[in-house]
Amino acid sequence: MKTPIPRPKRRATASKARPGGDTTLASPIVPPQAIAGRTLVLVIAIMTFLAGFTIAVVSVIDRAADAWASDIGREVTIEIRPLDGVAIDAEVEKAVALAQEFPGVGGARAITEAETQRLLEPWLGPDTDLSALPVPRLVIVSIDDAASFGVKALSDAVGRDIRGGSVDDHALWVDRLSAMASSMVFAGVGLMSLMLVALILSVVFATRAAMAGNRDVIEVLHFCGAEDRFIAGQFQRRFLLFGIEGGAIGGALALLAMGIAAWAIGGSAGRPGADQIEAMFGRFELPGTAYALVLSLVVAVALLTALTSRLAVRRSLSALD
Amino acid sequence: MIRFENVGLRYGTGPEVLSDLTFSIAPHSFQFLTGPSGAGKTTLIRLLFLNLKPTRGLISIFGKDTALLKRADMPALRRRIGVVFQDFRLLDHLTTYENVALPYRVLGKDEASYRADVVDLLDWVGLGDRKHVYPPVLSGGEKQRAAIARALITKPEFLLADEPTGNVDPPLARRLLRLFLELNRLGTAVLIATHDIGLMDQLDARRMVIENGHLEIYE
Repeated sequence: MKTPIPRPKRRATASKARPGGDTTLASPIVPPQAIAGRTLVLVIAIMTFLAGFTIAVVSVIDRAADAWASDIGREVTIEIRPLDGVAIDAEVEKAVALAQEFPGVGGARAITEAETQRLLEPWLGPDTDLSALPVPRLVIVSIDDAASFGVKALSDAVGRDIRGGSVDDHALWVDRLSAMASSMVFAGVGLMSLMLVALILSVVFATRAAMAGNRDVIEVLHFCGAEDRFIAGQFQRRFLLFGIEGGAIGGALALLAMGIAAWAIGGSAGRPGADQIEAMFGRFELPGTAYALVLSLVVAVALLTALTSRLAVRRSLSALD
Repeated sequence: MIRFENVGLRYGTGPEVLSDLTFSIAPHSFQFLTGPSGAGKTTLIRLLFLNLKPTRGLISIFGKDTALLKRADMPALRRRIGVVFQDFRLLDHLTTYENVALPYRVLGKDEASYRADVVDLLDWVGLGDRKHVYPPVLSGGEKQRAAIARALITKPEFLLADEPTGNVDPPLARRLLRLFLELNRLGTAVLIATHDIGLMDQLDARRMVIENGHLEIYE
């Protein structure tokens, strides 16, 4: 009887290498059905969706806040209060002329009484006689070149030359908007961090459960001389696939949800309140960076899932000693 | 190659299940380990392949004191030892072929480099037509042979077999014993734990008899 052990080392050619015909090593060492993969994919998808949606919302708010700050920063307003014995129209004209001479100013325009009336209509009602009220007049000063424009110099000049005049550079609003936008971004990053921590914990629990369910596999691998990194790699491979699947589903749903939100808001044009929403958030379009961030999130979730499972396996294996 | 000095083992605070074991296993040697059920044969085998740590005494495997071994050093030593378990320990989700090829896969070898070896060995142990079958549908004897093939496939320096002929008929038992002898002739030290007096009587080999945790050796 011929004994097959050992035999001269032979180089397997394509034909000789497959005496078994369809013999292949397709089966994964860690059986997929032994891991609660569907549940984990669902958890990962939900977490990715929430994190992706947060990214998208924060991106829209951040972009809107930038637009507000930029719009407001390109204008200052000269406010002229009516004073007894002062011809306010003359002061308005003087203020326009004064502002137009300042460096960096693109133009200055007085708000007419009709425009003022329209602005106040929501509070005072139509057909109110403003001449009976001490309503200040406004001059809008557009700034073309912010670098050469000095709001302090304009403010000094207005205070000196225009009776009842003062300059509002909207700094208070810009500061508040900036603070609000920063708070939203901070809250968004905080939410995302919490979701990622929850994701990591879910993966750790799932990995431990998978290891407990595959104790026999781990034992066999150990006595076959497998190193911890080999065993961890087997689990990591499976979890990477779960991470990719869950992350892709969650990311796609987040982008879809944003698309539906944009469509729903776009579809409400002309309805009461739609103008205010557009004034606040622009056209509610996702900036390109948001798409890139959501796609990066999917990749990060997949890698994080794989890395977490690897570390969890290695930690558990070390604890076996 | 293997040296035990005054080795004792107890589980928790219980009595010692192995006491004062002192023996050596030389390279290229062949021995049987026998004794009544519950005498400690399997426990001794677990000590031999680094699955248990003794509570006292010294164990040296391939010249390394196991008490000083780091976790990272163990895989390299385990690869030099082939083990056949009484309960086979085959992975049910892998085919017979994949189970036998597992040690090569663990080593990270390319399948083309060992496929022929695995198929030849499966043919030789009589599992050539069962290589695509999963263990749950194998008979006890077939599982036994698959487990033996997995332990032999990488030609270990030391082979431990716990009741390797317990589930096979006498002709196959003799055939497997010849396989172990052939392996031994080619340089592998072999230790076979068995109850089978008939198997031991076929061979004039060293006998290690363990009883009540104590070891007697008959050269």
